[in-house]
Amino acid sequence: MMHVSYNAPTELKRLQQRALPLGAVLFAILVVGFFLDRGQFFRSYLFAFSFWAGISVGSLALLMLQHLTGGGWGFVIRRVLEAATRTLPLMLLLFLPIIAGAHWLYPWTHAEEIAKSPALVEKARLYLNLQFFVVRAAIYFAIWLALAFFLNRWSILQDRTADPSFSKRMRVLSGPGFVLFVFTVTFASIDWFMSLDPEWSSTIYGFIFVASWALSALAFVIAALALLTKYDPLKTVVAPLHFHDLGKLLLALVMLWSYFAFSQFLIIWSGNLPEEIRWYLPRIKGAWGAIALAVVVLHFAFPFLFLLSRSLKRNPHKLVLVAGLILVMRLLDLLWMITPNFTGEHFHISWMEIVAPLGMGGLWLAFFGWQLSKRPLVAINDPQFESVLEQGHSHEAHSVV
Amino acid sequence: MSDEKRESFSETEPHEADELHLSVSRRHRTAPALYGIMGEFNNPSDLVAAARRTYEAGYRRINGYSPYPIEELSEAIGFTRTSLPLIVLIGGILGGLGGFFMQYWMEVVAYPLNVGGKPYNSWPAFIPITFECTVLVAAFAAVLGMLVLNKLPQPYHPVFNAPNFALATRDRFFLVIEANDPRFSHDETKQFLNTVGAKNVSDVEI
Repeated sequence: MMHVSYNAPTELKRLQQRALPLGAVLFAILVVGFFLDRGQFFRSYLFAFSFWAGISVGSLALLMLQHLTGGGWGFVIRRVLEAATRTLPLMLLLFLPIIAGAHWLYPWTHAEEIAKSPALVEKARLYLNLQFFVVRAAIYFAIWLALAFFLNRWSILQDRTADPSFSKRMRVLSGPGFVLFVFTVTFASIDWFMSLDPEWSSTIYGFIFVASWALSALAFVIAALALLTKYDPLKTVVAPLHFHDLGKLLLALVMLWSYFAFSQFLIIWSGNLPEEIRWYLPRIKGAWGAIALAVVVLHFAFPFLFLLSRSLKRNPHKLVLVAGLILVMRLLDLLWMITPNFTGEHFHISWMEIVAPLGMGGLWLAFFGWQLSKRPLVAINDPQFESVLEQGHSHEAHSVV
Repeated sequence: MSDEKRESFSETEPHEADELHLSVSRRHRTAPALYGIMGEFNNPSDLVAAARRTYEAGYRRINGYSPYPIEELSEAIGFTRTSLPLIVLIGGILGGLGGFFMQYWMEVVAYPLNVGGKPYNSWPAFIPITFECTVLVAAFAAVLGMLVLNKLPQPYHPVFNAPNFALATRDRFFLVIEANDPRFSHDETKQFLNTVGAKNVSDVEI
C-alpha cells in the first residue's frame, strides 16, 4: 500500500509513438494543401483548430469546475485534465497561422468589403481590425495560459510537499478563473468564428462555444479515462461510480449545448429577419440540412436517451462509445457552423477538411500523451486521496468493469 | 479507525429507547406477533458484510437501516432493481406528449391564430413548453412514484419497537431479517445473526 506507483502506464508511450508520426505525416500533407489552395487550407485549418482548441480550453474549464465542487469524479480525471491544459502552449503556436491567414478567412480584413456596408465601417474601425484581433487573441491566451500554469504548478507542488493549503489556493483561483473562462471563450468565439460573417450576429453564439468546448473536453476525458482504466494504476482507483458521475455531467452538458443551440435557432426563426435568418438558410437546405438533422439526432437525441440509463452510464465500455459519438458530432457541428460561411448553400467538402483535424489531432494527442506521462496519474497528496481510493476499493469486488 | 471512539461515545449516551420499551411491554399483554429479528452494528462496513452474508445464506426478506445512505447496502441485501426510473420515464414521455399536443390542439384546432405568417403547427415554438411539461410531469412521477413504492406515508412501522432503534438516525446500523422470509426460523435466524457479528440481537414485534 505504501509503495504503490501511480505513474502513467507504459502503454501511454504507444499512443505517443503512433500519434506523433501519423499526425506529422498528415500535417505535412496538409501543408501541401497550402500551396494548392490557400483559401481552402486556412478554412480547413480554422475548422480543425476550433475542435482541438476546444478540448484544451474546455479541459481548463472542467479542471476549475472540479476544484470548485470537489468529489471523486473530478479527482480521478484531474491529471488527465491537467495534461490537456498543458497543451495550450501548443495551441498558441497553432494559432499563429490563423493570424497569418486572416486575409483568406475574414472578410473584414478587406477594405473593399468593409466599404460595401456602412454598418461595417464603424465595426471594423473599433473592433474588427487585425491589430486589435491579435491583441485580443493574446489576452485570451495569456489568461488561459496563466490559469493553466498556476493550476498545474500548485498541483505538482502539492504532490511534492503534501501541503493541503494548495487545494485551497487552486479552489480560490478557480472561482474567478471560471468567470474569466466564460468571458474569454465568448469573445474568442466571436472573434475567430462569428466574425467569418461580420454582418451577422447572435448574442448566444459565445455560450454555444462555452458549452460545446466543455462538452467536447468532457467527452475526450471520458474516452481517455476509459482507456487508462484498463491499466494500472487507475485500474484500482476508478470505480463504476466515477463513470456514473461523469456520465451524468455529460448528459448535463449535452442538454446545455442543446439548449443554447436551439435557443439561437428558435429566436432567429421566430424573428425571421432577413439579416439574421440568412445564417440558417444555407445551413438547413440540401446536404447541409441533412447534417443539421444528423446533429439533432446524433448530437442531442441519441446521447440524451442513452445517458438516461443508469447501467449504461456505469459501464465504461458503453459510455466510451457515446463519448466517441459526441466527439465526431462536435466535429460535424463545427463544420456545419464554419464552412457554409464560405461555400453558402453549395455543399463542398475538401480532402483538407478531413486531413486537417486528423493531422492536428495527431500532434495534439502526442503532446497530450507526453504531458500525461510526466506526472503520476493520481494527485497523491490531495486531501481527497484516501476517501476516493476507499470508494474504488470497496467497489472492486463487485465491479463489472 | 474511529470505531472505538464511536463505541465509547455511544455507551455514555442515555438510552433514548427507554420510552419505546415501555410501549412494547404494554403490548406484551396481548400475544405479540413477530415482525422479524434485528441485529445491531457499530459501523457501515460490518453491516454491509453481514448483509452480504445474510443474502448469501439464502435470506431474501432482509432490510438494513443506517443514519446515512450506503450505496453498497442496497446491493448487498439484493435490492438492485427498482421500477422508479421506468415510472419517471413514462411520466416524462406523457408530459412531453401532453405538452406538445396541448399546444397543437390550441394553435391548430381550437383557436388558430396567424402569428407572423407562420404555419399554425409551428413546432419549434412548442418546444420550450414541451420541455417544461416533460420535466414537470417526470418530477411529479418521481416524487409520487417514490412515495407509492415505499408505501409512504407510513405512520407505524414495527422496527421502531426494537431497542436502540432510535440510534439508527445517529451512529448505529441495523439489519433485520423479516419473519415472512421463507428461510426464517426463530432460533436458527437469531443464532445466524450472532454469527455474522451482530450485537444485541433481538425480536421485533409487530
